Amino acid sequence: MSDQLSKSTLTHLERLEAESIHILREVVAEAEKPVMLYSVGKDSAVMLHLARKAFYPSPPPFPLLHVDTTWKFQEMYKLRDRMARESGMELLVYHNPEAKERGINPFDHGALHTDMWKTEGLKQALDLYGFDAAFGGARRDEEKSRAKERIFSFRTASHGWDPKNQRPELWNLYNARKNKGESIRVFPISNWTELDIWQYIHLNDVPIVPLYFAEERPTVERDGMLLMVDDDRFPLKPGEQPVMRSIRFRTLGCYPLTGAVESKAKTLPEVIQETLLTTTSERQGRAIDKDAGGAGMEKKKQEGYF
Amino acid sequence: MTDILDEPIYKTDALIAEDIDQYLKVHEHKTMLRFITCGSVDDGKSTLIGRLLYDSKMIFEDQLAALEADSKKVGTQGQDIDFALLVDGLAAEREQGITIDVAYRFFATEKRKFIVADTPGHEQYTRNMVTGASTADLAVILIDARKGVLTQTRRHSYLAHLIGIRNIVLAVNKMDLVDYDQAVFDAIVKDYTAFASSIGIETFTAMPISGFKGDNITGPSANTPWYKGPALIEHLETVEVNSAADAEKPFRMPVQWVNRPNLDFRGFSGLIATGVVKPGDAVRVLPSGKTSTVTRIVTMDGDLDQAVAGQSVTLCFADEIDCSRGDVIALADNPPQAADQFEATIVWMSDEEMLPGRPYWLKIGTQTVTATVQQPKYQVNVNTMEHLAAKTLDLNAIGLANLSTDKQIVFEPYKENRTLGGFILIDKISNATVAAGMLNFSLRRAQNVHWQATDVTREFHAALKNQKPAVLWFTGLSGAGKSTIANLVEKKLARMNRHTFLLDGDNVRHGLNKDLGFTDADRVENIRRVGEVAKLMTDAGLIVITAFISPFRSEREMVRQMMQPGEFIEVHIDTPLAEAESRDVKGLYKKARSGQLKNFTGIDSPYEAPEDPEIRIDTTAMTAEEAADAIVARLIP
Repeated sequence: MSDQLSKSTLTHLERLEAESIHILREVVAEAEKPVMLYSVGKDSAVMLHLARKAFYPSPPPFPLLHVDTTWKFQEMYKLRDRMARESGMELLVYHNPEAKERGINPFDHGALHTDMWKTEGLKQALDLYGFDAAFGGARRDEEKSRAKERIFSFRTASHGWDPKNQRPELWNLYNARKNKGESIRVFPISNWTELDIWQYIHLNDVPIVPLYFAEERPTVERDGMLLMVDDDRFPLKPGEQPVMRSIRFRTLGCYPLTGAVESKAKTLPEVIQETLLTTTSERQGRAIDKDAGGAGMEKKKQEGYF
Repeated sequence: MTDILDEPIYKTDALIAEDIDQYLKVHEHKTMLRFITCGSVDDGKSTLIGRLLYDSKMIFEDQLAALEADSKKVGTQGQDIDFALLVDGLAAEREQGITIDVAYRFFATEKRKFIVADTPGHEQYTRNMVTGASTADLAVILIDARKGVLTQTRRHSYLAHLIGIRNIVLAVNKMDLVDYDQAVFDAIVKDYTAFASSIGIETFTAMPISGFKGDNITGPSANTPWYKGPALIEHLETVEVNSAADAEKPFRMPVQWVNRPNLDFRGFSGLIATGVVKPGDAVRVLPSGKTSTVTRIVTMDGDLDQAVAGQSVTLCFADEIDCSRGDVIALADNPPQAADQFEATIVWMSDEEMLPGRPYWLKIGTQTVTATVQQPKYQVNVNTMEHLAAKTLDLNAIGLANLSTDKQIVFEPYKENRTLGGFILIDKISNATVAAGMLNFSLRRAQNVHWQATDVTREFHAALKNQKPAVLWFTGLSGAGKSTIANLVEKKLARMNRHTFLLDGDNVRHGLNKDLGFTDADRVENIRRVGEVAKLMTDAGLIVITAFISPFRSEREMVRQMMQPGEFIEVHIDTPLAEAESRDVKGLYKKARSGQLKNFTGIDSPYEAPEDPEIRIDTTAMTAEEAADAIVARLIP
């Protein structure tokens, strides 16, 4: 973006970048023990890239935390380990021991899977390490309740969110003072849209999981969703055979819960092109938002989901 | 109407399919505008925002399907699409049919990305509007063409102007309902012009629109051939953004964080508030005033040869000068000033009213200090802009007051610099953000009143009396036994030849504080004065004993901070309310219960018990005599 610097009017991506870096630095200056929640998706990728920029030449002065479900795509684990290495940051991987012991999985346990591995796992990990501020890659354009969430979002000791009791955020002044037991979820890319994210990845060559690009992959079709058979834990129904299809993913989560789209987009511009021409919103591929009607995410957040 | 909906809105759609690389080139170099929409539900604000999202293709098919279904179920537009449903977010709000918070919406055209702060319009949401306006480059003031300039129009315009928004758009909405009549539009503009100039708004852009029908939103409407100005989107795409104006001002950057990965590198990270910086520039670090030269502007993408307002950068200096978080790096020969007393405009944002004299945290830029606000000079009636006398400010009140900080802060008047002039106040106990404010100017007094250093020092006074000064600060409910025990303690100390003085609540209120009542604000001032007197007495070498209910933690903490470390000894005379009430030595509880006495601690005014007092006396477990002995033993082991 250096060709833009001679002008005094910054581009929208430059302004978004500067805002996010400012937020990351404020937290590091004011929180006692920050952590970055890293989910390996494209939003996490941009957030991590911004953190590396914010503190360069120092490595970001906080660890990465991956609250893992053991059901992510193999490609995600690969990129996760590589990015931790390249950024010089400590990588903490947390598995909810109870979910592990009970063998909770997306095939047999439905909503309980997300609840135990992700929601409970996140709370346990934050409590275990005593992190008082956790960066998350949520964006306000993703979902209605997020449009009203603050950049610094306070959680009670039990990690609950109270949408009616949020602190006003004026100018770029953030009040990071916590009461006993409270923690903060901080969303540095709140004001980015999906298109901003893609454009930034394009301009900055931010490494992302190859699953975002189309390739021939083994798939099965269930309930109108195209699922990828990522490993041999995938229980095939009698007579079901994986079919090779040219697919890619618009959003990444646990592979048995993440629907793919048929696509030929092999390059980033092609992916962006497809994203812009598509007529369905991004999170549609995820099962999680469909619970509880329109208020699904709001309810989950009050319970402590990120 | 239908031809407006069917028209392809943005030509860029074709470009996406034809030449994605060219499309990206255009879109990766567009600028950003943040704006706020002001108006209430009736003005069609949500409908307008929903329309902007819809017209700029920010609504996907699945969302549209949900919207169509919702429109029929709960919409207010019959069988038509109710765009307002797109932006009414939280479940609680949808049930109540109102917007209760600030929501941020996003859309983009080929020229700009837009962030819309969508805030509710009613007076009880003034704080939400001020919050949304604080980051806005522009305000769209919505008027219902059938109703004209209303009280709320004046309020919204005043607030937008107060927060420093220079670009005002007067959107006369619902023109379809007045048959697109130019006379209606002109009359409203004339009305508004008179009002706007009366509050100092010099220019604004008026346009006749219909959010519901889509007139003059994305392009000129055939329904208003008499209107020659720009359509709303066209105007939003071309007005100047704040950051461009900020770049013209002298260089200032508050330091957020010192970057020190190893002994060979020391950089100062921050977001440039105003101006431009280049390697070789002479800079000054404030408040210390030390100067140096910028050697590098470091980023992960390589060093820059210049950086401008709005960029987050890391600067390196030629010299090893002190510089840390809270300092401000500025142009060497044109630096901002530092001061500790100011006149400020304050917007109160908490359910708990402002307490003049209570210490709050004040955060401005990256500086955080302790500040106390004086009684307001006046409060502004946000509907009429009249100045009203006020003793305090409560939720959504806006007023003018002097404030002082416990140390100097680097600042500029808000009008010149939002970053160095805009601040928030934070309650020290609840940690809530209770107010936003704007520094207008520093008070000369701050520069001219100096502390008079005296030759006979406090150490000398203490040595002469052969004792260590202290404050025994008794706190507890009315009737807990504070005065009784304090009196015994003083007698015992006197017998030990200690020089003491007992400040008793009732007695002080007959003299020094006879102008104060029992409101929360007056209780705070009562304690502040007693604290100052106690401090002077400890300077004189005395052991001061105070017996005041002093119900609030904040004020006890304030007095503790006034004293030398270790000199403040908090004594909690802990008597349960039921016990104190049953004693009722002065008959006050009875009066309070019957309603004859207002603001009585424990009954209709809170008592905040100390969390960690130096001494706690349980009066249900010991006599007054035993309590006094215990306290004396703690003071003089």
